[in-house]
Parts: sequence; structure tokens; C-alpha cells
Amino acid sequence: MNGIVKENPTFVLLLGMCPTLGTTSSAINGLSMGVATMFVLILSNLIISLIKNLVPDMVRIPSYIVVIASLVTMLQMLMQAYVPGIYATLGLFIPLIVVNCIILGRAEAFAAKNSPVASIFDGIGIGLGFTMALTLLGAVREFLGTGVLFKSDDFGIAGITLQGEDYGMLMFVLAPGAFIALGYLIAIVNKMRKA
Amino acid sequence: MEKLKSSLTNMALVLTIIAVVAGAALAGINAMTAPQIEKINADNLAAGIKKVMGSDNISVAEPQEKKATIAGKEKTFTVYAVTDPQGQSLGSAVKTSENGFGGELQVLVGFDPTGTILGYTILQHAETPGLGAKAGLWFQKENGESRTVVGKNPGQCNFTVSKDGGDIDAITASTITSRAFLLAIKNAYDEVIVKPTDGTTGATEQATK
Repeated sequence: MNGIVKENPTFVLLLGMCPTLGTTSSAINGLSMGVATMFVLILSNLIISLIKNLVPDMVRIPSYIVVIASLVTMLQMLMQAYVPGIYATLGLFIPLIVVNCIILGRAEAFAAKNSPVASIFDGIGIGLGFTMALTLLGAVREFLGTGVLFKSDDFGIAGITLQGEDYGMLMFVLAPGAFIALGYLIAIVNKMRKA
Repeated sequence: MEKLKSSLTNMALVLTIIAVVAGAALAGINAMTAPQIEKINADNLAAGIKKVMGSDNISVAEPQEKKATIAGKEKTFTVYAVTDPQGQSLGSAVKTSENGFGGELQVLVGFDPTGTILGYTILQHAETPGLGAKAGLWFQKENGESRTVVGKNPGQCNFTVSKDGGDIDAITASTITSRAFLLAIKNAYDEVIVKPTDGTTGATEQATK
């Protein structure tokens, strides 16, 4: 359960920056990306931990990648079929979960050495940490950028209007805002960890 | 259990087994989800056609593909001829696309038989959230004459953004998206409404007004 704060993949380990910066234009987007990644992470940790003794060391990376890629493809097909709204928003970033270093990193560092049950919990911990970080970053960007929180047209959620739409700083929804907001969040988390 | 040795046979065997199992699992999921995905796409398209034609009581003919070369690029327009239940032509819904700011911008636009725009919807886009992504709402009828494309005929007005001397106000801070959007509709109008809808041959390049 270290993943949530102490080893938070986003704020402390700085892993998986591509989806972090790319999909967090709103809190709901960040949340869906986090949940999708957590789903893959838990299952990949479980499967890899189950097959760890069957896979010879020299081919372990290709084997793990096949496992992860298959899970991501399944997730992609399932999302396309059952939650087309989120799929439309996250579209491009779903296949990129394959190369998210959090997943392969946890497979190597944890699942390949620990029992299936411990690996599932590691997946949940790291996944929750990632989801929370993405949601937080998305919320900050959405709030500063548009003045609204948790709005999603795909789900028909109106969100909480905290200030008028006209007062948003659009930059925060765009790429530069992602870096700036992430930088400040990392600083705050670091401060809190040391305190 | 002992870890398997990294011998050649072990490695080949393990990789093969993993690949086969993964392939089988994927095939299974694909078989499960493919009909659902197809249904969603078809539903979306049907709902989109109804929306852009502004009527629920319509029948839609089989789509026709129409290819044309515009400014050196090959474009495909998918034309859905739409009739009312009595068989009277209501015009057509056309799927058209253009490169926007962030990628392909796919628009479904409904024309009446004279080419006046009845409605539009964005099918697919990769525009900037908060800016270009507003295209789905910006050009709708509720937003007033200077912004909307609905009710306009691309052949009878200056169908470009006001910055380029046209009649339509671009989305604030998203001129590129707006240009792409209008160009997509204009191209659809030129190729599908103005030119006879028989051939599928590549039409020659046409200078835009």
C-alpha cells in the first residue's frame, strides 16, 4: 500500500508521465484514465505473478509485454463496446497504457518476485495512487482552465461550477498548464512527505 | 516450483504458449465485443443523421461513397440520401472530413435538396479541449446568425470565417479548427450537391471561391 502516497507513481516516482500529462485535461478524464490503468495493472500483476516461474529469465520482458498488451487490447475493445463516451475521449491514450512504465515497472519490480495476492494488492495500491494523482491533476487543471469541476459531456454530468466559464485560464487545459500544474503538485506533495 | 532454465527450447515453448493463449483470449473478447461496437457505431450514425436532417421520421438509403481530389488530396465523402416516409427527397446527409488543428475532423452535415444546411454534428475530432473542441456547439443555430452554419447555403454566401472575409464568425482562438470545419462542409457541398451524384470517378481539382 506504499503506492498511494509514499511511492506515488506520479508525484514521487514520476513514472507514466505521458498519460499523466496528456489525459488530465479534466478531472473525469484523469479519473477514467487512472481506472483504466489500474484495471490493467491489477490483472497484469496477477497474471505475471502466477506465471513468473514458468517464464525463463531471458524471455521474461517479451512475455510480460505480450501479457500487458493483450490486457490493454481487451480493455480497449471492452471500453469501445460498453463505454463509448470515455473511449472517444481517451481513445489514443488507451493503447499507450502498454508502454506505461508503471505497469512494466511493477511487473519487474514486484509481481515477478512476490505472491499473486501480494501482487494484486500492489496493483491496487499503485493503481489507486495513480488514479488519485491523475484525478487531482485533472481537477486542478479543469478548475483553473474552465472554472468548472467534474464536468463531463460524455456522461452528461454538469459538474460543479465554482466560477463562471468566462474566467478560465485556458492555458491550464492545454499542454503548458499540465506541466505547470504537475510541477506545483509535485512540490506540494514533496513538502507534505517531508513534514 | 523451480524457475525454468533459459534454454532455447524452454524459451521458444514458453513464448509460443503465451502468444497462443493471448491470441485466443483476444479472439474471444473480439467476438464478444465486435457486434456491440458495430451496433454502437450504427446507432450513433443513425442518431447523427436524424439530428442533422432535423427530423426523426426519415428513411435513409444505403450509403454511397464519393471520391474526389481536392487541392491534391484524395477525399472520400459518404453520402446518405434521405427521404421522408412517402419517398419524397429531403436531401442528404454527408460525412466529410478535413484536417483540423489536432488531427482529422470528421463532420456529418445535412443538406436539403438545394444545398442549404439543415444541421451538422461532429463525428470525430482531436481538437483542443476548451477551444476547437467547441465546434460541436459553436456553429449551431441557437448561437445567432453570425456564428451558425445552419440555414446557410455554402453556394450562396461567403462560406469562410470572417477573418478571411467570410460570413461566419470563427470559434474564439480556434481559427484553424473553424477553417477546417467550414472547408469540410464546403467541400461536401461542392462535390456532392453541386456535382451530379452519379459517378465515383475522381473529380478534378476545383478552385474554391
